[in-house]
Amino acid sequence: MTSAQILWFLLIGVLFSGFFFLEGFDFGIGMAVRFFGRNTAERDTIIQTIGPHWDGNEVWLITAGGAMFASFPMWYASLFSGYYLVLFLILVALIFRGVSFEFRANMKTETWRNFWEWAATIGSFCAAFLFGMMFTSMIEGVPMDAEGNIFGSFTTYVNWFSLVGGVAVTLMCLIHGLNFLQLKTLGTLRDRAQAWNKLLYPVLIVGEVLFVVLLYISTDFFAKKPASTWSILIVLVLLTLIAWWGVLKAHNWTAFIASGLSLISIVVLIFNGLFPRVMIATNSAHSILIKDASSSPYTLHIMTIVAFSILPIVLVYFIWSYWVFYKRLKSPKAA
Amino acid sequence: MLNAGLTVLGLSRFQFAMTTVFHFFFVPFSIGLAFVVAVMETMYVAKKDETYKKMAQFWGKMFLYSFAVGVVTGIIQEFQFGMNWSEYSRFMGDIFGAPLAIEALAAFFLESTFIGLWMFTWERFKPRIHALFIWLVAIGSSLSAVWILAANSFMQNPVGFAINKSTGRVVMTSFSAVVKNPQLWLELPHVLMGAGITASFVVAGCSAWRLLKKDHVSFYRKSLNVALVIGLIASLGSVASGDFQTRYLIKEQPMKFAAMEGLYKDSTNKGEWAIYSSFNTKQHKTTSSLDVPYVLNILSYHKFSGTVKGQNTVNKELHATYDKKFGKNMNYYVPTKTLFWSFRLMAVAGGLFALVAIVGLFFNRKKSQTIMKQRWFLYIMGLMIWLPFLVNTAGWFITEFGRYPWVVYGLLTIADAVSPTSTVGSLLFTNIVYFLLFAGLGLVMIVLSHRALKAGPDAVQMNGYSSEDTEGKVEDPYGTEAFNHD
Repeated sequence: MTSAQILWFLLIGVLFSGFFFLEGFDFGIGMAVRFFGRNTAERDTIIQTIGPHWDGNEVWLITAGGAMFASFPMWYASLFSGYYLVLFLILVALIFRGVSFEFRANMKTETWRNFWEWAATIGSFCAAFLFGMMFTSMIEGVPMDAEGNIFGSFTTYVNWFSLVGGVAVTLMCLIHGLNFLQLKTLGTLRDRAQAWNKLLYPVLIVGEVLFVVLLYISTDFFAKKPASTWSILIVLVLLTLIAWWGVLKAHNWTAFIASGLSLISIVVLIFNGLFPRVMIATNSAHSILIKDASSSPYTLHIMTIVAFSILPIVLVYFIWSYWVFYKRLKSPKAA
Repeated sequence: MLNAGLTVLGLSRFQFAMTTVFHFFFVPFSIGLAFVVAVMETMYVAKKDETYKKMAQFWGKMFLYSFAVGVVTGIIQEFQFGMNWSEYSRFMGDIFGAPLAIEALAAFFLESTFIGLWMFTWERFKPRIHALFIWLVAIGSSLSAVWILAANSFMQNPVGFAINKSTGRVVMTSFSAVVKNPQLWLELPHVLMGAGITASFVVAGCSAWRLLKKDHVSFYRKSLNVALVIGLIASLGSVASGDFQTRYLIKEQPMKFAAMEGLYKDSTNKGEWAIYSSFNTKQHKTTSSLDVPYVLNILSYHKFSGTVKGQNTVNKELHATYDKKFGKNMNYYVPTKTLFWSFRLMAVAGGLFALVAIVGLFFNRKKSQTIMKQRWFLYIMGLMIWLPFLVNTAGWFITEFGRYPWVVYGLLTIADAVSPTSTVGSLLFTNIVYFLLFAGLGLVMIVLSHRALKAGPDAVQMNGYSSEDTEGKVEDPYGTEAFNHD
């Protein structure tokens, strides 16, 4: 394993962290559209909170995918072909929620506006759930041949652990989204988001405990890396508690940052457990290792130069664009 | 046309073709329209004429629809290399992934961030700054074309690589060679000019329909002028860049060129160019054709004499070159009818666009009312809305079908690129769902654009971002004290 390979393994982790932090609240806001917003005016405001941002947030996923292709083609090829139907469903979900915001705003009848609102809601639910399910089942280990082709059955993808993982990620996104909503609104929406999260946090804690138990049973994380795995899990629970405290005390920033970081800690948990592998095979001889999965040293070198010269510029204007929409949104009139 | 049939290969190819063609309805339209809108907003900044601001907002609305569909279908494009073509991804990852990742980093972030800013900050920034946002979107979308075409160009004309002896996969040896690939710098201008044509003739066509109804005459006449000026430049540029590209093909991909010209036998020194041909593709024969002398040589070499190799000759040459590596049973003939007619469609349309732009600009002179009287001409422009989309597709048909049987020219066949894990059942399912999804999205797009057009420029409202005015009430809108809002 070269340092360039480790760097790119970390960078892929960073990109997925960015994706889950940012698109996490996008997904949560999307779910909130129908489940949380009680009338059209409220839903307008809810969607407006992510209006200027959701598209840029999704680019984190595209960049993570592209970077994975460029730096670890064997990983990209195995994962994406092996999770064909799961990724297909994710794509359908992302398509529906992606167009829904623009389309909804231009619908004339109630029925069609409802249709696109449900598209946003269900699409966001499904995308978050499927991503959670995909990454959880991935760390369980999948049946793979020596070339890295995954020949899974239904239970490879859908089992108790992956279902709990999917639900946990969905719940974390929803909570993260509601924390974002508290940050961006005033009045009834903000009050209600706080009330919801007061109730959702105990549920999440129970879910996290269940997740840890199943993680212990279904993966080799505790056997191979007990210290780091436990530390990350403790951080995860602490972050959840901090976020909960933030919700209770109406410290919106604290709650939002902590719920975002707890999503990131899931990514860290996965990448820590994977290392030095990128894919875990049920037959451990077939697991794909970082050292075998990467591009050539030359390509990694070029990509490193490119990433470190472009990414800082991107971050500057990306963060600036959030700064521009710093202010809270007007709360809709009571209806 | 496609290697059809319900096989993994056939269905994977169909899926790629369908998703790419659908995605590429929106890509050139968005790239071109970002540019058109940027020009309109710049004219607003320069002339301080509110009409131009309205124009930027009105056509900008259509840009937003198209952009949304382009984005969501674009993710399919990136994912399906891994999903459906995992062997391709393993073979090509060392080279193909890099431009894809750079595209996301350098282009997609730029577009998506600044389109968000552009949409929601009409009242917040000075017009000059706000116009800069749409320019950055336009630059971002053009940059994305650079990188994705860099990837495509390698598939057409592999450069800057070596084959790893132990794995048999390509390894990048020179990034600058990949970026300097002559194929890229011939393809890129042609694609960008095509994008300009698409956007400007859609804007022109929509304006023409409204002028037929005598609706907002001054608004649509101004729109028409901006569109046709850009359309004229783009169509001339497109013909010129197409010419460079064609002449390059004679050397680099002679099979593609021979099929575009419908030649099975070598051409004679007279350079007969077929306006119409019918083929027997099984026996590799041209059964009948209507020829014009010398045109082929003028197109190919810019002179009257010379000969062009036919497909039969090229086939023999390719067998001589590649039989050692790929075996004797390869079929190097490409889908002749598709390429022949696609090329004719492009050539005729290219001329037509330029002609219509010139006539339109003449009719639409500032002090003249001619354009309002020449209703036949407005009808023609209105009907031409669909043409750029067909022509763009034809262009890609030539580029991609003409590479058959390879996915990476001379290195990897399409049949060897497909995912070994794919099954007919799952591909059939996904193909049907994609098809229905695309049909639905396309329909909504058409309905929304049509509705926006009927509602007219006065109905346009840019999405507002109405932030709470907390000045003087709360120091820090994010602090806890803001919570006690009563």
